Amino acid sequence: MFRTALRNVLSHKARLLMTVLAVMLGVAFVSGTLIFTDTLGNAFHNQSAKSYKDVAVGARVWDTRDDESDSESDADKGTPGVDQKTVDRIGELTGVASVTSRVSGFAGVGDPDGKLIGNGWSNTGGNFTPGKDGKDPAYDFTEGAGPTEAGQVALDKDTAARGKYKVGETVRVATNGPVKEYTLSGIFTTEDGAVNAGGSLVLFDTDVAQKLYLEPGYFSELSVTAEAGASHDEIRAQVVKLLPEDSDVATGEQLAEDQARDIENGLSSLNQMLLAFAGIALFVGVFLISNTFTMLVAQRTKELALLRAVGASRRQIKRSVLIEAGVVGVVASVVGFLIGLGLAIGLRSAMGLLDAKVPAGPLVVSPTAVVAAFAVGVLITVLAAWLPARKAAKIPPVAAMGSAHLPSTTRSLIVRNSIGGLLALIGSAVIVLGAAADKDGGYIIGGGAFLTMIAVIVLIPLLSRPVIALVRPLLSSVFGVSGKLASLNAARNPRRTGATASALAIGLTLVTTLTVVGITVGTAIDKSTSDNIRADYQVSMAGFDSIDPSAVDALRKAPGVSALSPRQMASFETGDDYRNATALAPAELEKLFNITTVSGSLSSMTKDANTIAISEEIAKSEGWKPGDTVPAKFGDGKKEELKVGAVIQKVDFLGELLTSTELADRHQAKPYITEIWVKMAGGESTANEQALVDALGKNPAISIKDMEGIKNEFSGIINTMLNILYALLGMALIIAVLGVVNTLAMSVFERQQEIGMLRAIGLDRTKVKRMIRLEAVVISVFGALIGVGLGTFLGWAIGETIKGSIPNYALVIPWDRIAVFMALAAVVGMLAALWPARSAARLNMLTAIKTE
Amino acid sequence: MTTTPIAHRATAVAAHAHELSKVYGVGETQVVALDKVTVDFRQGEFTAIMGPSGSGKSTLMHCVAGLDSFSSGSVRIGETELSTLKDKHLTQLRRDKIGFIFQAFNLLPTLTALENITLPMDIAGRKPDKQWLDQVISMIGLADRLGHRPTQLSGGQQQRVAVARALASQPEIIFGDEPTGNLDSRSGAEVLGFLRNSVRELGQTVVMVTHDAVAASYANRVIFLADGRIVDEILNPTADAVFDRMKAFDAKGRTS
Repeated sequence: MFRTALRNVLSHKARLLMTVLAVMLGVAFVSGTLIFTDTLGNAFHNQSAKSYKDVAVGARVWDTRDDESDSESDADKGTPGVDQKTVDRIGELTGVASVTSRVSGFAGVGDPDGKLIGNGWSNTGGNFTPGKDGKDPAYDFTEGAGPTEAGQVALDKDTAARGKYKVGETVRVATNGPVKEYTLSGIFTTEDGAVNAGGSLVLFDTDVAQKLYLEPGYFSELSVTAEAGASHDEIRAQVVKLLPEDSDVATGEQLAEDQARDIENGLSSLNQMLLAFAGIALFVGVFLISNTFTMLVAQRTKELALLRAVGASRRQIKRSVLIEAGVVGVVASVVGFLIGLGLAIGLRSAMGLLDAKVPAGPLVVSPTAVVAAFAVGVLITVLAAWLPARKAAKIPPVAAMGSAHLPSTTRSLIVRNSIGGLLALIGSAVIVLGAAADKDGGYIIGGGAFLTMIAVIVLIPLLSRPVIALVRPLLSSVFGVSGKLASLNAARNPRRTGATASALAIGLTLVTTLTVVGITVGTAIDKSTSDNIRADYQVSMAGFDSIDPSAVDALRKAPGVSALSPRQMASFETGDDYRNATALAPAELEKLFNITTVSGSLSSMTKDANTIAISEEIAKSEGWKPGDTVPAKFGDGKKEELKVGAVIQKVDFLGELLTSTELADRHQAKPYITEIWVKMAGGESTANEQALVDALGKNPAISIKDMEGIKNEFSGIINTMLNILYALLGMALIIAVLGVVNTLAMSVFERQQEIGMLRAIGLDRTKVKRMIRLEAVVISVFGALIGVGLGTFLGWAIGETIKGSIPNYALVIPWDRIAVFMALAAVVGMLAALWPARSAARLNMLTAIKTE
Repeated sequence: MTTTPIAHRATAVAAHAHELSKVYGVGETQVVALDKVTVDFRQGEFTAIMGPSGSGKSTLMHCVAGLDSFSSGSVRIGETELSTLKDKHLTQLRRDKIGFIFQAFNLLPTLTALENITLPMDIAGRKPDKQWLDQVISMIGLADRLGHRPTQLSGGQQQRVAVARALASQPEIIFGDEPTGNLDSRSGAEVLGFLRNSVRELGQTVVMVTHDAVAASYANRVIFLADGRIVDEILNPTADAVFDRMKAFDAKGRTS
């Protein structure tokens, strides 16, 4: 039987190639993902090990100073970090060779045009700590030397190159304070993981760094090197005793491991995304494989019946089909694995191009990756071929004698439709239930969605007839007899049409669902933004740090500024509840934001700094109303009586509680300003924006966003998500093309006689081609229609559950994108039909109409 | 079998083959399917082509009907010379001037009987001549079955639909390739009766390949092919005469 199976594989190369392609894609993604993440993980692991190679013990000391600055006693005061004295004592411990002490924070470097180099959250500044030999072991200087004076800095090599800075030139560096100019003293390379991942690093003289980031004389990080043979754990135990209680002290080995694990966690989301692609490819592939084998079996009915007639058992027939599937699976897995290998290499170099630097390292092919690739490829193929194999085994020996194709039983379709109908009923019921539920509705809907999706796939054959019948008049009137015959042929074998359309339907369901949700949410957010914000600009730090208060004063002096308010964080306790509040300048509040007052008035906040505004939700849950007095305890331990001035409709990005900046300032040593809102005479304009840039001293680390920029900040995330999805759609489309090619090839083969007759009685080649092409388009568009319909339905359902948490929620059906999806599906049909249509048109009429 | 064709059409030629040759392969493996065959099919005449297997009878029909290419010679349908036509025009010619009846009926299972009958006109994008269509349908006697699909019809009924399809577009000539080959004798007789009636009453021209002497006896003329050449012809044949002539082939085949 094995030889028969093998020969069958070889005799249907073209058909099986399609199947192989689908499995291949899936396997390629699985193995590519595993190899890529293994390789990357290994590289990062080595990198971490390397950067902590000389570190025996590393320690981080937290800033434990309280916010209250007026306390005199030393014990209460806490400590900003570790002082030089302690550092020296650690240096004298037995086994310790040296101690390097560091202090670090945000430092943005501008390029000559004043633009920030790097992406904001990986721009670091630190101190240069030369040892006795004048060298800092962590940094290798390729040019110049480390900074030893207040006005000097050193830059990592890539940052210097991107800013085209040379030693001796002036570099503008922004820390959380105003931007300052330094002289570049040197350029270095380092094993620092963050720098190697594309971040920038500025080195200051230690005194400067301490002043910038902490307190003169204090450090926040220590790394200790050991003398040969000394136990790292013992050193760690000694160091712990010398440092404040809640400091993090770990051996170099632990630190390397932690960092590697962090990076691995970071990679896991990428990993999951890629595996999702693989999942989709394989899921859709199952349909394709099953379809192909069903057709192969149907085509070979006589042959198989003959085998049965000459004495092959059912089991042998079934096994022969499964062996055939196994061979296909193995071939697909081998090729898929090789493509996966290429994919992994390609991804790594692609990441290099995209600024995300990846440390070099060997390609790691783990046994897991190999086993997974083959297990997935072979198992999926064999599983998908299971039903067709069973069907093959059921062919009666007598079928070898008959000349006609055995009609497929209608009974099984009845069973199928009943199951599908039931599933659809349960699924829709669950979705409706989920949409009605407030909490956890999302999960219920998810479950219902899954059921409905399965139901639709099960029911697709049933749906194909009426849906295709709907478009028949249109096709007939536009394309004449070709259109009519195409639509009739598409509905002819509902099972096959259904299986073919499923590939597209599943892909498009996913994509449409998320597009509907994404666009709906994006539109709602856009609307909230434009409804609630009157300010023209939002000024914030590129690195999500707080802005130095000096920026507020600087902006106030900018020409054209008509209203301005920093946005500060404030927190206090009322009773047992810990509350976060947004502190704004009360006098400017209504000029910058559009806040709807439910009761009381916002202007009361301008009169008394202790007046607050609360959201309706808080008013309801606490029973507070304007005029009430609320006792509050602040972080510095002080208590204040707060007065409720107004109840407002909640503005999403401002939160539930509004206070005055004056109140917040009273309880914070240094105000934590997340952003500054600015309104200008004349609104948004290039000149106004420039005025703000100038007022801030052309600080590269500060970003200024107009309304469009603010909206993009929110919708940017949604767009990125959708773009990833569209890559997924692309994948579903590729597999769909394969499926359609497969089905059409089979149809053309089966209908040779018909096509021959049509050619004989006068259907020319062009019309034959058009007929096949239209059939493909009808099948594809049918699949797309199901997918888009189901997707929109699911999008609505999910929207129903998140509705409550999104103000201005209104379902938006993105007709333009849906139209694009449908058009793409039609293109898929056209492309898929190229080869089958050609072979149909070239069919030899005479062999086609001759009877056997 | 003494009916003469309608007088005014008797002289006109519907299809004409002149020195028609069809050769497969080259050199040693060369097979001559048709060897310089010259034949006329006159309008309003029912011709049967007979001959033993491999005599070239089907090839002759296929070449004259524009279904197959030929090596040399010429074929004319009406005034149109086929040898110079490209596929597109040849297809148009088949569509507009020729009707076909096949042994395996070859109806489209997705279309109703009526839709199958009007298919050639649908392909051409023409409206069928209603009066003519009614006449054809009433002749084949399937008026109550027009909405049925081929699978719901018997073999004889299917072939009657096929006959109606060939007649419906009023072609200059109808070719039949063993049209009764898949039918029992009663259904076969019915179909042949329709063909004969279409010639007698409607003035249709029919050329039919068959190996059945009884079927051939419905024709006005039988031509016999052997080894790619026309070797004999019987006018107004009887089944017995045809049968005897065919037996001669058999005897020859056995002795040679």
